[in-house]
Amino acid sequence: MSAVIETHDHNHHHGPAKGWQRWVYTTNHKDIGTLYLWFSFIMFLVGGSMAMVIRAELFQPGLQIVAPEFFNQMTTMHGLIMVFGAVMPAFVGLANWMVPMMVGAPDMALPRMNNLSFWILPFAFTLLLSTLFMEGGAPNFGWTFYAPLSTTYAPDTVTFFIFGVHIIGASSIMGAINIVATILNMRAPGMTLMKMPLFVWTWLITAYLLIAVMPVLAGVVTMMLMDIHFGTSFFSAAGGGDPVLFQHVFWFFGHPEVYIMILPAFGVVSQIIPTFSRKRLFGYTSMVYATSSIAFLSFIVWAHHMFTVGMPLAGELFFMYATMLIAVPTGVKVFNWVTTMFRGSLTFETPMLFATSFVVLFTIGGFSGLMLAIAPADFQYHDTYFVVAHFHYVLVPGAIFGIMAGVYYWLPKWCGNMYNETLGKCHFWLSFVGMNLTFFPMHFVGLAGMPRRIPDYALQFADFNQISSIGGFMFGATQLLFLYIVINAIRSGKPASQQVWESAEGLEWSIPSPAPYHTFSTPPEVK
Amino acid sequence: MPNQANNRIIIKLLAIVFGMFCFGFALVPLYDVICNITGLNGKTGGRYELVETIEVDQDRWITVQFTTSKNAQMPWEFRAKEAVVKVRPGEINEAFFVATNTTDRTMSAQAVPSLSPFSATEYFNKTECFCFNQQTLEPGESIDMPLRFFVAKEIPERMSKLTLSYTLFSLPEVAAN
Repeated sequence: MSAVIETHDHNHHHGPAKGWQRWVYTTNHKDIGTLYLWFSFIMFLVGGSMAMVIRAELFQPGLQIVAPEFFNQMTTMHGLIMVFGAVMPAFVGLANWMVPMMVGAPDMALPRMNNLSFWILPFAFTLLLSTLFMEGGAPNFGWTFYAPLSTTYAPDTVTFFIFGVHIIGASSIMGAINIVATILNMRAPGMTLMKMPLFVWTWLITAYLLIAVMPVLAGVVTMMLMDIHFGTSFFSAAGGGDPVLFQHVFWFFGHPEVYIMILPAFGVVSQIIPTFSRKRLFGYTSMVYATSSIAFLSFIVWAHHMFTVGMPLAGELFFMYATMLIAVPTGVKVFNWVTTMFRGSLTFETPMLFATSFVVLFTIGGFSGLMLAIAPADFQYHDTYFVVAHFHYVLVPGAIFGIMAGVYYWLPKWCGNMYNETLGKCHFWLSFVGMNLTFFPMHFVGLAGMPRRIPDYALQFADFNQISSIGGFMFGATQLLFLYIVINAIRSGKPASQQVWESAEGLEWSIPSPAPYHTFSTPPEVK
Repeated sequence: MPNQANNRIIIKLLAIVFGMFCFGFALVPLYDVICNITGLNGKTGGRYELVETIEVDQDRWITVQFTTSKNAQMPWEFRAKEAVVKVRPGEINEAFFVATNTTDRTMSAQAVPSLSPFSATEYFNKTECFCFNQQTLEPGESIDMPLRFFVAKEIPERMSKLTLSYTLFSLPEVAAN
């Protein structure tokens, strides 16, 4: 079998197959990267429309547009789709495109598994989204699916949700194994670990996080499945189980998960800021160690999501201090980015605009995180819009802006054409204003006590919610401009040079634009 | 050979995946152990075996309140005979709870205790409790269920009032075994 394939490969060095077969049968890391990125963009729009429904309902107090049951389904599905459908696949897509090119490898280490890990995703999300049209409706228990809401009181469609999560988990684990194998085995000669670009480093650490916690998520949904269908009582107090156990197991997965969504963005930003500062990245080694420490600490802070469930004082204190400790390596990273820009020869093209606003806005989200880490204060903030403001500040200008920065930065390399810079800047400023308009007022209504996940609210929150909704519609509509910019660049952008950006450094800029279908068939020499 | 190197990495990483999947399930017994040690969630632990007679502290009173509640699907009646008792630390006391099956079918139930404040759980010992067993009642049957307990005399001064709450759950046929 393998002999047949080898002769085939040696005889014709061919380009991609034609038509739909190219995309279904492909084992090329660039094709799969493209698939991941388009898939995640579609999911971003789907999850985004759900956010629009939420914001429309919250535009004024009282119930006007959707029933409360449907509102719950929207909050749940918005969270699940954005986390598992938009952010995670987008980063895997970036990794597929960039990791082999950055380490000088011809492809991913396990190309066929790569194909499989992408192509099971559409099935998972079809399964998940189809529940919207079923009797009983989609999952409505929040993206954190706390038991017994998600077991005893769940709609029957919860089983579809469970299998969806299983498939998503399998996909992520395969993707992570592939990335680790590529980085550890396929680096070009001379590319030592400490010479790797930071995007590769952050992905290596992220991949290990995925491998460690996705199985725990699979475990917790399996326990739910058994509680619902096979009469076990993992989370049911009647049979000797404990609903609080669910929260511990879930957040043991859930906290590293939030770093899975942010570490690759750290990597993207660490590539972009030096390019547009025309300086080397300040503190490369400390960046690597800071990322590793964040990953390690993420395993011992999970119970800060559950300060109010009733923990011994010692537990509250431990999780409070451990959480605050994360601010130290994160501070190191922010310091390094700022110092890289310090006295640099700065220009602000679209990728740099997204990257600098990432640094500023992610830091705001980090500080509200520190406020939430204070256990006694958290008793007031818990389950209010302050929490919503916090995690949207780290995920939208954190993960999403990181992805967009990366797309603008590498798009000319992918398609060979420059995007329209003016439109790119419009996209940035509209997103920036829209995003802040949406989420900043949530801090205020949260501190004043507005609870999350409720379709109605007290009158005094009306003004701020109206501002949030206007910002939300603005941010949402702006993303259609993003779609136009990308398509426009692919179809009719000006051709890009090999290096694309004036002082971009790294192996990916040493190959022509657009990147040929096969790159680094003979490994480059890295000095 | 990169293929062999890949296989080695895949095997190692799959071992981590498998290990972490098992770890997720291992958290279940681990959690129970930790709860029993720390009294987390007010879990009051199992039967206390009295090995010797204990001294009674005659200088202090501890107020113990009993509250009862039923799970949403539970149709039975369930209450404490006396809602509040005053006890001496070290003294063995008995309290009774009454459960009545108001339905027309035979049902089983399980009571789950929880003590508040939960830092008092290590001083609250049950020598006999209906919550150690399941109760099965015929239609209309009523039962007096005993609880024998004592509060250890090491209990700190500041804890003068304890609340023991029982929640009664109906056991569906599948969960009954």
